[in-house]
Amino acid sequence: MTETRNILLSGVGGQGIILASKILSTGLINAGYDVKMSEVHGMAQRGGSVTTQVRYGDKVDSPIIGKGQADILVSFEVMETGRWLEYLKLSGQVIINQWEIGSAPILSGKSLYPKGVIEEIASKVEETTVIDAARLAREIGNIRTMNVVIVGALIKALGLEALDWEEVIRSTVKPKFVDVNIIALKAGMDQIQ
Amino acid sequence: MKKLITGNEAVARGAYEAGVTYASAYPGTPSTEILENIGPYKEEIIAEWAPNEKVALESAFGASFAGARSLAAMKHVGVNVAADALMTMGYTGVRGGFVLVSADDPGCHSSQNEQDNRIFAKFAKVACIEPSDSQESKDFIKEAYKISEAFDVAVLFRMTTRVCHSKGLVAFEEREEREIIPYEKQIQKYIVAPAHAQRLHPIVEDKLKKLEAFSNETHLNVEEWHGSEIGIVTSGVAYTYAREVFKDTANYLKIGFSNPLPMDKIRAFSQKVKTLYVIEELEPFMEDQMKAAGIACIGKEKIPLTGELSPDVIEEAIFGKKPEFLSISEEKIVPRPPTLCAGCPHRGFFYALGKKKNVVVTGDIGCYTLGFADPLNAIDSVHCMGASISMGHGAQKAFKKHGVDKRIVSVIGDSTFLHTGVNSLLTVAYNGGNTVNVILDNRITAMTGHQENPGTGFTLQGAPAKEVNLEELVKAIGIEHVKTINPLKLKEVDTALEEAFAFDGPSVIITRWPCALKRYSEADIEEFGPLENQCHVIEDKCKGCRICTKTGCPAISFDNDKKKAFIDPNQCVGCMVCLQSCPFNAIERVVE
Repeated sequence: MTETRNILLSGVGGQGIILASKILSTGLINAGYDVKMSEVHGMAQRGGSVTTQVRYGDKVDSPIIGKGQADILVSFEVMETGRWLEYLKLSGQVIINQWEIGSAPILSGKSLYPKGVIEEIASKVEETTVIDAARLAREIGNIRTMNVVIVGALIKALGLEALDWEEVIRSTVKPKFVDVNIIALKAGMDQIQ
Repeated sequence: MKKLITGNEAVARGAYEAGVTYASAYPGTPSTEILENIGPYKEEIIAEWAPNEKVALESAFGASFAGARSLAAMKHVGVNVAADALMTMGYTGVRGGFVLVSADDPGCHSSQNEQDNRIFAKFAKVACIEPSDSQESKDFIKEAYKISEAFDVAVLFRMTTRVCHSKGLVAFEEREEREIIPYEKQIQKYIVAPAHAQRLHPIVEDKLKKLEAFSNETHLNVEEWHGSEIGIVTSGVAYTYAREVFKDTANYLKIGFSNPLPMDKIRAFSQKVKTLYVIEELEPFMEDQMKAAGIACIGKEKIPLTGELSPDVIEEAIFGKKPEFLSISEEKIVPRPPTLCAGCPHRGFFYALGKKKNVVVTGDIGCYTLGFADPLNAIDSVHCMGASISMGHGAQKAFKKHGVDKRIVSVIGDSTFLHTGVNSLLTVAYNGGNTVNVILDNRITAMTGHQENPGTGFTLQGAPAKEVNLEELVKAIGIEHVKTINPLKLKEVDTALEEAFAFDGPSVIITRWPCALKRYSEADIEEFGPLENQCHVIEDKCKGCRICTKTGCPAISFDNDKKKAFIDPNQCVGCMVCLQSCPFNAIERVVE
């Protein structure tokens, strides 16, 4: 019996978290897991903080997790990692995309973008991995694949890299973006030892 | 083959499989995707956006009256709008199977309150069914139609945000076509004149007794025995949370059919356990009835009544066990409130309005609610759909009567205006109001994710439609001073407001520009054309005054080191509101 594993994806509306979680969950279903996934729509989307939770195992009950429950927190944006850190298990793992997006108080100059977020998290979470998905996506030639690079890293961190992810990409993205996204996914996987 | 789908998608599939032929809704989070996912079944189901929830419910009731299986969907507060029709449907019953999907929002993720609409089912004397996940959302819809027709009763299908928007694996089945039930004139059933209504009431009470007997037998109310001394009565998504916490260390009575409650079954269950918990989200709907029936149980003494439940909320409530977790120092988390998008046509209007002194602004429900937030700070109230215009009217009357020198501006979106704002504007015109009413016409129902409405020219299923002419409509209502403007032009907005303030009588300003995220129709392209050339800051001219940041545009940031503003070319769409706000002409369009 596989114990249910919990993944929390966090970021900012518009970063492609929904597609990222779709790729992940499609692969998990193909592998025969029971999967539940939870998103919040509506008002929260407008440039606000966004999370998706993905749970998988033999049989999953609740679609949502509570604080201290996520096996992996993967954050598409630096400050959001801190906002959602409370949901991580004490023994959990963090993947941080080195990408900063200012929120309204920061953009207007009323607050400063916080410094030292990554350092503080790394001091608290032993397994902290920082990736520069934007740089990798640019190298690949399409900055919009940043989210898929991050999913690649997540997949490797979960030890699921052996599944047929190329097939998953083919079934989840538009045909003309299949190749670049497969490259992005692999680039992400290579970020995790 | 199972598919990973949301509860809303599952309801749509269930309606398809159940042989539904008519569905109507008004969009509202978390219910919107139900009709959006029924839409593609064009051959089998007519799916429509109604202007409001009352119209949606009545239209679906009409299809049932004609003998077809029908569905209406709305968010919890939408049922308030539809309540007039619902309350009497309890008396009349139905002909074709009828389901009202009520999507409740515990935790107010996207709502103004967290009312528990199971109470509406009891109040209206209709059946209530509660699914706990996506598979049940599909299966229970099919059961709901059988129950509706077998007992001649409307079914309120109560979902919650987590059921609507969580995805689970669902097995699909074939559609079962339903012949229309032959029409028969039944005036004693469908004309609720007092003499008929008096006769219908005892019939309803008798029907509820039969439904309670059914509730005690149906597999929708299921026991799960694990040999424990603890028993849990639970329903909806709370069941999955309870399972997460107690796993197989408790016995469960999972209530899928919650009005009328299976009180005999609950009593028998309670007698076989030592400790009985009731774990339900929001109101003590089951608990109060159980306690009234003399069944001892632990409910809201421990389980929170307010806010959303979750596994850890339940664990802490029952076992006092606080979750252990890490956190980051507070100063490293800056709030990230939702904002109007870059290029949003509401921004220019609110920026100009926010400068007006001595003005009280009554707002409404939509993206433009965000006009209240910093740095725009341009709205004083937001209450419910349509209330901007009617609250504004009453406020202006009261101010005038008491000699208070303040002007009211009522601000409402196009879809919300057509929802209920029209009625409110009627009172303004008819009762001698003196408010400035602004219809923010962004050519779509934006906040819920771009649904068509009577002002957009298309139906839900993509057919061209009659497009209401807002200007002609408000003139027909009796508003004499009507002006249509481009909200991206600050001077135009300012002039329109000043003219409206100067006019002795009620006025309407229509700000007409598409939502920045809208996919333009051919008519849109013709009327508005593409926005061309982004804006950028000329650093030499920028004095660091930060006035452009007061527009609240997420594409503009202020560099505290350089003391200069910066426009993010990845976000700017060239609306030019910031350019007009700059007193030093330090923003210009990028010349290509």
